[in-house]
Amino acid sequence: MSKSRVGITTLVSLLASFSVFAETGIDEKINIAVKPFADAVAGFVFSSFPVAGVPIPFVLVWLIVAATIFTFYFKFINLRAFKHGFELVRGDYHDPEAAGEVTHFQALATALSGTVGLGNIAGVAVAVSLGGPGATLWMILAGFLGMSSKFTECTLGVKYRNELPDGTVSGGPMYYLTKGLAEKGAGFAKLGKVLAVLFAIFCVGGSFGGGNMFQANQSFAQLVNVTGGDTSWLADKGWLFGLIVATLVGLVIMGGIKGIARVTSKIVPFMAIIYVTAGVAIILMNYSLVPSAIGAIIDGAFTAEGISGGVIGVLFQGFKRAAFSNEAGVGSAAIAHSAVQTNRPVTEGFVALYEPFVDTIVVCTITALVIIITGTWDPSVDPSAGVQLTSTAFESAFSWFPIVLTVAVILFAFSTMISWSYYGLKSWTFLFGENKFTDATYKVLFLFFVVVGSSMQLGAVIDFSDAMIFAMAFPNLLGCYFLLPVVKKELNEYWDDYKSGRLVKTRVS
Amino acid sequence: MSSVLMVGVDGSECGERAVEFAARRARNSGARLYITYIIEWSPFTFSTAMENAERHQRREEEIQRAHSEIVDPVVERLKTEGLDVEGLVRHGHVADTLNSLAKSKGVVNIILGRQGTSKLKAHVFGSVGSRLVQSAECAVTVVP
Repeated sequence: MSKSRVGITTLVSLLASFSVFAETGIDEKINIAVKPFADAVAGFVFSSFPVAGVPIPFVLVWLIVAATIFTFYFKFINLRAFKHGFELVRGDYHDPEAAGEVTHFQALATALSGTVGLGNIAGVAVAVSLGGPGATLWMILAGFLGMSSKFTECTLGVKYRNELPDGTVSGGPMYYLTKGLAEKGAGFAKLGKVLAVLFAIFCVGGSFGGGNMFQANQSFAQLVNVTGGDTSWLADKGWLFGLIVATLVGLVIMGGIKGIARVTSKIVPFMAIIYVTAGVAIILMNYSLVPSAIGAIIDGAFTAEGISGGVIGVLFQGFKRAAFSNEAGVGSAAIAHSAVQTNRPVTEGFVALYEPFVDTIVVCTITALVIIITGTWDPSVDPSAGVQLTSTAFESAFSWFPIVLTVAVILFAFSTMISWSYYGLKSWTFLFGENKFTDATYKVLFLFFVVVGSSMQLGAVIDFSDAMIFAMAFPNLLGCYFLLPVVKKELNEYWDDYKSGRLVKTRVS
Repeated sequence: MSSVLMVGVDGSECGERAVEFAARRARNSGARLYITYIIEWSPFTFSTAMENAERHQRREEEIQRAHSEIVDPVVERLKTEGLDVEGLVRHGHVADTLNSLAKSKGVVNIILGRQGTSKLKAHVFGSVGSRLVQSAECAVTVVP
């Protein structure tokens, strides 16, 4: 007891010292120091080539091409296994002897809490504004293809996971890239190591950036918005917000206070349900406008009047939104899914199909429909004001909704941070070894970036962190291509058993 | 042919009374006795990635603790009396798991202690006893 109290006191004083950085205008210096490096990395990852006059970032093509190839290679697994995936989530094939272990449902719910968040709320509003209603159709298509990427990476995540000496289970691209490629021979083993190290470096970077600073920054922005904008008492107190959030995150990841994580992990799904229900309610209240909204989505996808870049511009906005929100191909989900209890890795792949489905095809589409139906989309929007746009759209139907949305945004951000702190930590310990010191170093750095993210306007750093998340897709998907035959073998063996009724169904419906 | 009995224990005094009741019957009839503890668990809860990673290990610990603190002392005591006793620990919904476990072990009578749950709590969450009485596929005895 006294030990944990000392721990918390140290934590608080540590966090208090972070705020010094925030107050002394040091952000400008950090910005200047980091900018050339950040620009170089972001420039490389988001390096684009023009298609019909629209610059298309290479990473986006990389993600979509892989998702399309995986979809064809596994003969539309995203459709074929959709029903069976649901049976697995529902527990139809659950082994009663394994009661108490991590179920398919729990692994999926955990992975979803890491991806459902700002992207579904703010990002979609921006995509529809910049790309018009038609962007929605391309977003849905990209979500559909992304299901096959998740299937591939999550199957591999479970197949090559590690059971550590302390009894914990951990998996993810760093393990399947090393172990999986090593099975292919000495040359591949070396390639696998290089890819795994690259992945881990990018994942640590992404966990500080998109999985942390970006979340802190955007949730603070929304909080300031609802409390009165520039006139809000909170407007210049980002460091205070950062300190509070960092203390809460610190209590969870350092203090081992599981209660907070447990409460969050229960409230987050509840908030997601409120959000979806409110969205569906708005759509139903305006049911007469639904056919014309769907018409606008389909027409807009192919005509794109007045959208910069024409049809390619619309397609780009839709694909980008899907890729940013469901992270299919990035490799983060493979870490979250790998703790599931199963001796057939491919089952978790089937379950993972539901992640892009729920995230992109359900939640993002609902946001898009609400924005289109309420007519709140605005082609001149500042891309950083996405939350505000969605907030206005929902407010037009329910005046109290912005407050609920603020709570939702902060909670989603918090749970995304907890998830990414785990992904980052696993990558960090993969690079530097598993011990108390490396563990603590990572966590202190992580908390530092929470304060940095909410108190500073570090455009360059945020660009850099986004770039890091998408850079993860390069080593991850390259490795996945080489490991496709492994997944196919697992899939075919399992599918034969499933089709011939050799699997034990434990729940009769 | 001797019969098979199952007692659901929860570490409380009511559970203890159920054990005494069952032991008396086992002594008289020579029945086989299962001392069962169910750890309340649902496959549909929400957890963090860290908790999932540690879950396998936690589960082992939970099973071990249930054995060493609740089930095993009872089993040892009854064994010294010469009864045919076995301890079981499982995760799951208490009533449903007792029922399915009883079915798989060929149990003819499940014995439970009456729980001291308040009316409201039982109304909202349902008590193990009443749920079991309604769903069990063998006789259920509730010991006051």
